[in-house]
Amino acid sequence: MPNLASPWLEKQRHLIDFTLASLGRRKTKNLGLLVAYALLVFVLASLALFTNALRTEATFVLAGSPEVILQRMVAGRHDLIPPGYLDKIGRIRGVQKKEGRLWGYYYDPVVNANYTFMARPAEEVASGTIMVGATLARARGLAAGNVISFRSYSGKLFAFKVASVLSPDSELLSADLVLVSEADFRAFFEYPAGHYTDIALSVANPLEVRNIAAKLAEALPDSRPILREEVLRTYQSVFDWREGIVLTVLSGAILAFVILAWEKASGLSAEEKREIGILKAIGWETGDVIRMKLWEGLLISLTAFLLGFVGAYIHVFHFGAPIFEPVLKGWAVLYPRFTLVPAVDGLQIATLFFFTVFPYTAAVLVPIWRAAITDPDAVMR
Amino acid sequence: MLFQPAIIALLMAAGVAVLMLTAAAPFAVQVILRWDIRSGSEQQLALERRTYLFSTLLSFVFVIQLAALLLFVFNADRLSGMFVGAMCAVGTLNVNDYGFPSLISQMGVFFLAAMWLAINHVDTRAPDYPLVRIKYGLLLLLLPVLVLSFWLELQYFLGLKANVITSCCGSLFSGDAKTIAGEASGMEAQPAIFLFYSGLTAATGLALWHWRRGSRRSGYLLAAASAAGFVAAIIGVLSFISLYIYEHPHHHCPFCILKPEYDYQGYWLYLPLFTATAAGLGAGALQPFARVRSLASVIPGVSARLAGISALGYSLFIAIATYFVLASKLILIEH
Repeated sequence: MPNLASPWLEKQRHLIDFTLASLGRRKTKNLGLLVAYALLVFVLASLALFTNALRTEATFVLAGSPEVILQRMVAGRHDLIPPGYLDKIGRIRGVQKKEGRLWGYYYDPVVNANYTFMARPAEEVASGTIMVGATLARARGLAAGNVISFRSYSGKLFAFKVASVLSPDSELLSADLVLVSEADFRAFFEYPAGHYTDIALSVANPLEVRNIAAKLAEALPDSRPILREEVLRTYQSVFDWREGIVLTVLSGAILAFVILAWEKASGLSAEEKREIGILKAIGWETGDVIRMKLWEGLLISLTAFLLGFVGAYIHVFHFGAPIFEPVLKGWAVLYPRFTLVPAVDGLQIATLFFFTVFPYTAAVLVPIWRAAITDPDAVMR
Repeated sequence: MLFQPAIIALLMAAGVAVLMLTAAAPFAVQVILRWDIRSGSEQQLALERRTYLFSTLLSFVFVIQLAALLLFVFNADRLSGMFVGAMCAVGTLNVNDYGFPSLISQMGVFFLAAMWLAINHVDTRAPDYPLVRIKYGLLLLLLPVLVLSFWLELQYFLGLKANVITSCCGSLFSGDAKTIAGEASGMEAQPAIFLFYSGLTAATGLALWHWRRGSRRSGYLLAAASAAGFVAAIIGVLSFISLYIYEHPHHHCPFCILKPEYDYQGYWLYLPLFTATAAGLGAGALQPFARVRSLASVIPGVSARLAGISALGYSLFIAIATYFVLASKLILIEH
């Protein structure tokens, strides 16, 4: 019975043994390459992990938003929902709940930031009180029980008592949020009675969402349904696009690394040449030398990959990715503080492999071959 | 085009592969015209040295091709969130006309590459490199296939537009659909189970036979049985294995089983299946050269080993598939 693999495995084991010993003999040269390699993996992995975490966060946040938001359009611009509009929708099968929402933006000159005012039913927020988001509370130094006054757009001054600060868990959503009662909202913005900002619909079956949107568009031709899945898709492609842009910028770094790898692999020292010469003189074949060198590349690649990836993980999930934050996260005066949920994903690791190990291997193949075909007599002379 | 890292990586890998093979092409022509193992001329020596470079390059290209195939499917599955109506890789591949051709051409390249690597492997084991001309001739034939595969992939990715409405796997792999995939998945469970087990048992049996007593005939038969076994396996996945995994009598998709919701069970199926098929085809690809004198002692050993790998892969595939069916709570056939 032919033996399946063991002599082959045995041979590779000895080759790896030899390679490790030979790597150890040239520590400084290989260390330099390893550091550059690990650094490249670190940068690319930070990028991948960070965008992936942001993407997950966006999915997380949007999971709680209504499936369909209906806006009314006038001359192509978002307009208020007039009285009676909600009833015009009638009963659409599959819609669990529909409600008019009231919200708007308020510019606060004190911190030069926009707040989002949103009306809640009286049982949640009593008249004369507000609930504020944690970021806003930090910016204005607010705590429960404080009184704050805002000058409305009509010039009148309104004072509100802060009933509570919203939980920091929801900070990504509620950073700049001010919850007021409906009556206060209408009085503050002088909102016309019976009008709403938009309509939120909840749909139980995700497969029905598109049909419902089609029915809405048919029943109310002047409306624009916005689907949650569309918003989600937009977020996904925005993050993909940002990641792609940074990657393109970094492609110069990858190229530089490829050149470095090529240089390192082709600039064999006299001693290395002698070593290969001796190996060939004692009976190694060209193929064996190539195999040994490939093992060397693989060992360096895996070590660098591991080091770089672990470094990136710590950088992103323990320190919040300070290097890439400004490019990838976006910007706002009241930017929410949030911690990223650690998530590692197979696709990203595979992609990362293609961006690091693949170019490295491609770059060292020719130099490896050049080294391997060296004639023993030529170097030992 | 979607500006997405995995897509850039795939295009880069395919592009580099094409470049490397193109760089090898003039050399291949040179080998075919000038190779003379008995000559001790400078030129012959240079050619001999270069064969090392190019066989290493090609092994690299083909390993990358395998990794790229996995990444391609994996990424297609992930992208499904971007397309209206797409729920898994099927929807993404259906976004334009190039998706499935691209996948199939990549699978084709993978199997052809496996056969080439098998031939290359035995050739380097013989002292006089008897197959060098044939090998590089085949390489020249492989180049257009690789270019086609790259072109299809490029067209596919360039044509990806996120607002296209596509159809999900439910409409493609349903019994009423008039496509090959539809026909295959529309097959009744009982004949499909019969076809699946008989096809794969035949492939395993032939692999075992060839492993123990290699002959040229059994080698050819093994290659044929591997190809047939692969088709039977895919039909089996479409018509009943996936149903058992999803525990749903009408969900035939061969890609959703790769999703995390189903614990990536598909990888357990596809990896042994692809390995076994590649090894079986490789064993068959060696047989035309079994009579070459310097290979007469090399080929039986190598092809027996490939047959062993193939037998192991197929048995593993059958065992895993059977386990999935038995562990499932779905009852497809009353008895």
